[in-house]
Amino acid sequence: MDAKDFDMTGADVAWCPGCGNFLILKTLKETLAEMEIKPENLVLVSGIGQAGKLPHYLKCNLFNSLHGRSLPPAVAIKAVNPELTVIDVSGDGCSYGEGGNHFIHNIRRNPDITNIVHNNMVYGLTKGQASPTSRSKFKTNLQVEGVFLEPFNPLSIAIALRASFVARAYCSDTEQTKEILKKAIEHKGYALVDIFQPCVTFNKTNTYQWFKENTYYLEESHNPTDINQAFKRAMETDKLPLGIFYMDNDRKTFEENLEIYYDDKTPLYKRKYEMDKLKSLIESKKRL
Amino acid sequence: MSLKSRDDLSIVLCGEAGQGIQTVEGILVQAIKLAGYNVCSSKEYMSRVRGGLNSTEIRISSKRITAYVDRMDMLLALNEGALEHLKDRINSDTLIIGDDQQLKTVNQEYNVLKAPILQSAQELGGIIFANVIAAGVLSNLLNIHSDVFDQIIRDMFQRKGEEIVKKDIKAGQKGYQIGDELSDSIKIISKIDKNPVIKDELLLSGTDAVGLGCIAGNCKFMASYPMTPSTSLQIFMAHHGEDFDILFEQAEDEIAALNMSIGASYAGARSMIATSGSGFALMEEAVGLSGMTETPVVIYVGQRPGPAVGLPTRTAQEDLNLTIFSGPGEFARIIFAPGNFQEAFKISHQAFNLADKYQIPVFILSDQYFAESYYNIPSLDLSDVEIEDYIIKTPENYRRYNLTADGISPRGIPGYGEGVVVVDSDEHDEEGHITEDLQIRTEMVNKRYHKKMKLIEKEIIAPELIGGDGYDILVIGWGSTYSTIKEALNVLGSDEISFLHFNQVYPLYSNTLDYLENADKTIIFENNASGQFAKFIKMETGFNIDEKILKYNGMPFSVEEVVKSLESLRGL
Repeated sequence: MDAKDFDMTGADVAWCPGCGNFLILKTLKETLAEMEIKPENLVLVSGIGQAGKLPHYLKCNLFNSLHGRSLPPAVAIKAVNPELTVIDVSGDGCSYGEGGNHFIHNIRRNPDITNIVHNNMVYGLTKGQASPTSRSKFKTNLQVEGVFLEPFNPLSIAIALRASFVARAYCSDTEQTKEILKKAIEHKGYALVDIFQPCVTFNKTNTYQWFKENTYYLEESHNPTDINQAFKRAMETDKLPLGIFYMDNDRKTFEENLEIYYDDKTPLYKRKYEMDKLKSLIESKKRL
Repeated sequence: MSLKSRDDLSIVLCGEAGQGIQTVEGILVQAIKLAGYNVCSSKEYMSRVRGGLNSTEIRISSKRITAYVDRMDMLLALNEGALEHLKDRINSDTLIIGDDQQLKTVNQEYNVLKAPILQSAQELGGIIFANVIAAGVLSNLLNIHSDVFDQIIRDMFQRKGEEIVKKDIKAGQKGYQIGDELSDSIKIISKIDKNPVIKDELLLSGTDAVGLGCIAGNCKFMASYPMTPSTSLQIFMAHHGEDFDILFEQAEDEIAALNMSIGASYAGARSMIATSGSGFALMEEAVGLSGMTETPVVIYVGQRPGPAVGLPTRTAQEDLNLTIFSGPGEFARIIFAPGNFQEAFKISHQAFNLADKYQIPVFILSDQYFAESYYNIPSLDLSDVEIEDYIIKTPENYRRYNLTADGISPRGIPGYGEGVVVVDSDEHDEEGHITEDLQIRTEMVNKRYHKKMKLIEKEIIAPELIGGDGYDILVIGWGSTYSTIKEALNVLGSDEISFLHFNQVYPLYSNTLDYLENADKTIIFENNASGQFAKFIKMETGFNIDEKILKYNGMPFSVEEVVKSLESLRGL
């Protein structure tokens, strides 16, 4: 397959010129093409925000849900039809702010989906307010004296909840990002890929230059199966490590844990009950 | 000492939470039905796990009875507070049974029969046996054979182990023994006829009826968050998940629950949620998502008194407005409010077909009283049960929101066919992609609202008219008041009063006005403070209902209350 197979002709892209989202879109298309994932077997689920528009610019099945609510439908889609590749893609505000509760609890469920979070440390669509990942002293039209809330650290939270795959990428490093995305999509279980992405219009602090200077890749010696190491590295905030922090290939997925799939792998949406079973259930209701 | 001779008895058991009043209810309703009597029960209880005061009313009759009455022919008091708790319903015709200790302060004019229930429980090894002893006493007094009783005890307690079963059988026998002693002093039930056919009838709760309907509708996915009184439906579906391929998932919150169910539906599984007032309020945003993306979903709302947390374990019909107007924007929907178990089964099954047919949210309004009442019914009609298939295999250039003449775009699902299925919570074009083309916007609203409503209005369930069409007085009701109003009309036995019951409340049946204008006087009963359905009728038809009888203390209407209201309206 070729990345072009995912092109959407005539899409009216709403991103600013130079936006980091373009790089993520391009890298994602290449990743999917190299992995031979067909558009009709792929579902992208997104929320609201500039990142949430990405699925509209990539040929696939897509469910553009409500703000902060992309994970619940994504998990349900995978559970109903495990044959689909399901990728949740949204921004930091959507995934960590409005959807924070779903983020926490779906890590616990461990559905076999990939959760890509575009992290630009600012609200783009609503024009420049603080996001959960905005860094200290970041001034905005609402945080007029600068942000003083402790920034949300998605990686350390995910690792603390034993998310089965936790990684961070930087959109400009397209080859490294592609490798991380491939491993995340291949991974059996919930995979978080937080992708740093500059917002060229509303975040004049965390620019391409800033990300370049303030990130580095985890050494090859980093052991991603060591959760304590992973947590320690995720807590680094002076310079921000990139790469695969943590992975656990032994955790059962949400779908594997579902009784409906123990003996029968037929996707749920294809199933119909047997009338005789309904009749005998009704018959049993002669007693409580 | 004797009870008023009648073919219909109302027995109330009252005790505190943790005393097992609901266990007694479970034992007795089964025993009574197996003995061949008609039975019906309803309960009121406090929102606490221990203490407080809870009561259950069990009615036994030769006739079919399905409603709550104020009258208490017999009160079995399992704690001291019971008399105070039920004082408004006790009169000189009420036979009060209880331990000496519990009845110390009882009014001398009352009919009291002392029975050592709690005392015997202590002797058997603990107060925990009082519930089974009480069930045994009543079972004996109702002429139910002890073999039937023992079998029920065995079935109910077998999962707790043989030791427990033995102890409870012994407790039941003790109850029968106490009953023997009492039966010398009282003669009851002689006028209630047994009918062997009843033995083989179904014994359901409102929750069971809805749950069976949802299974029949091929529900495959349910995500929900526990909330009284809808938790029981969640439990029902979760328990039958294995046999009927239903995925039940307890969501992290109500918001997740409805969004999950909509996602599951997008992927092709018939989906539902169950919730109550405040839980439903959290879901409103996602109701709009179902409307906008045209993704079918069935929403069960078990009503209870609000606002906010309100009275968690009581009943109300306060969330009609909330469902009619839920979600931002405008889109088609259907709202049902079944009045009896047969209708609840039928409607719940149909709800899934209609949700798929019109690609909309379909609501089932229930309430605590309806969900938690039990009664026997002859059977459930399976002849109409059909899973209508509205999902298509997508062609290569599939457009999810293709503009068709009737407004229904054939619905595809991801992974089934050559096309891709694009849905969006933003306004979208025919492909499903974001648009701000205002011409398309108008066409999409026409499709989602006007065109669908036009089709939906063609198949609204007509309200049921009970009584002749030559009425002077027309009583109006919806949802759970059905049984109570119907029995009240039987009591009155008047040709001039008829009852119009709505099993579907939205959209309003098109000929509703004809029924209303035929009456000299109209009266509506609603378990809310503002007359929500009356106001809705006014909004839709311009018709003012003359009398609104509104009850909002958390209890259902009783047959007597309805009779009294109607008598005063007739000027009797």
